[in-house]
Amino acid sequence: MSFEAALREAGAKPAGKRPWFLDEDVETVLAITLSISQELSVARQRVDTLERILEAKGILSRTEIENFVPDKQAAEERAMWVQEYIARVLRVLQQRGEAANVPEDVASEDLGDEIAR
Amino acid sequence: MKQNPETSAPAYDGPPDYRVVGRHAVFPETTHDEVERINYLAQMNRHLSTSVVPGVRAAFDTVVAPEFEKKNGREIANRHEARKALLDNYTFCFWSAARRATMEQRQQAGRWTAIRQRDQLARIADDLTKGDDRLQLDPSLAIPRYVSGVDHHCMPGSYHSEYFPGDVTNGANYDHAGFVTTAGLLGKYSDGGGKAVVNWVKKNLTDFQPTDILEIGGTVGHSSLPIAEAFPDAQLTVVDIGAPVLRYALARAKSLGVENVRFVQASGEDLSRFPDASFDWIQTTMFLHELSTSALRKIFSETRRLLRPGGIVLHVEQPQYSATMPLFEQTMRDWDAFYNNEPFWSRMHEIDLEQQMVEAGFDRENIIHGAVTGVVDRDLFPDAADDESEDFGRKAAWHVIGGRV
Repeated sequence: MSFEAALREAGAKPAGKRPWFLDEDVETVLAITLSISQELSVARQRVDTLERILEAKGILSRTEIENFVPDKQAAEERAMWVQEYIARVLRVLQQRGEAANVPEDVASEDLGDEIAR
Repeated sequence: MKQNPETSAPAYDGPPDYRVVGRHAVFPETTHDEVERINYLAQMNRHLSTSVVPGVRAAFDTVVAPEFEKKNGREIANRHEARKALLDNYTFCFWSAARRATMEQRQQAGRWTAIRQRDQLARIADDLTKGDDRLQLDPSLAIPRYVSGVDHHCMPGSYHSEYFPGDVTNGANYDHAGFVTTAGLLGKYSDGGGKAVVNWVKKNLTDFQPTDILEIGGTVGHSSLPIAEAFPDAQLTVVDIGAPVLRYALARAKSLGVENVRFVQASGEDLSRFPDASFDWIQTTMFLHELSTSALRKIFSETRRLLRPGGIVLHVEQPQYSATMPLFEQTMRDWDAFYNNEPFWSRMHEIDLEQQMVEAGFDRENIIHGAVTGVVDRDLFPDAADDESEDFGRKAAWHVIGGRV
């Protein structure tokens, strides 16, 4: 069995037509979002496992983590990481906002027609 | 909010960590992240039932039902009208979309775990079952439309599909990740239903000493093994239509030290391989809803034919719809029929089962009605009798209907 085949089979559609409760596109995005929510939970649990094992081995204490105070430079780097992260996640909202400001914006398809003349 | 008296922190209320589940030789290995995927889904189902469903109920009471009345000049008459009206409500639709998504995520998670090690699982199952006449498969068995048409509870390939000779993938998937839906309410070995049945029988039929017991639709043996263990001098026969689940079931049973059980591939509709009056006790547990009207009738007739004088048949199922069950509850319980590939669920839960039993030849005065809740190790698992959450149609609280010959 190939890795690709296993992946495909794990995510196989069950027999039976799928119901859609929302607009099909909206529900598709919701399903993707819920899967990402699941994977975020899995990653968070893995970090927790790591912390607990390291603590049990005396390598760090979780109190140390809870009381961690970044110095000024570290705090700024971390804050910027969060800003960058949010901007990545909400890119589509940014672009919808920008679009509202350019009513004269032209679609590539239309420009293509125009410049082909 | 409940408080933990020792730490004054909020007390935990919810499913146990998946790592408390009982394992056996053919149980798939799970990585850290695979376990957490299951934990997440159990929590998501709990969240949907405890935090989102109340909003659906409120929307039904304050928006959907009043709007229906305004539009139609009368109240909603039945669960079908209620469901169709709810489909215009976004609270219901978002809950439904999320619930459907968790079903699909659960299947993908469980299948990935089972598929990636299925060669190994097949080898283990083969080592445990090779040459053992307690596994009787029938490759010529036709899979009925009510099983093959749509895959029950969105489980790709259902109970019967096998991907190579000796495959147990679908048994392993069904067994190890069912925790997502039951949130631990069925206990360490998903056997809380079987234990509940045993307790019911020992309490209500004190002098009953069966020697031959039949379970129809036993899949991997979750509800079967407690019966075999409670009556060690009896022989338990489990029939099911799915070869992968039966192979898995015998390997699982032997690994758990239960020897007085055999697994036979057959349809409950045609048990002609067994002569009349072969069994003292016939059991089905959460099985009837995966049939069809004609299959249910045939199975009821077969159970009557196969029972010895003094014998009993017991069917454990979610409660039937009745005039006293609120319309909202009926509608929510019906969800699986339409949106989780349980095509007989709706019809089955409105059938007059007692009448069906009578038509199959049972005397009306010998019909049995009862109620049971899942029996679990309460140190580790939530007890269904105390559980206040209501995940409609999924809770480990069942009705028993049966008959004595």
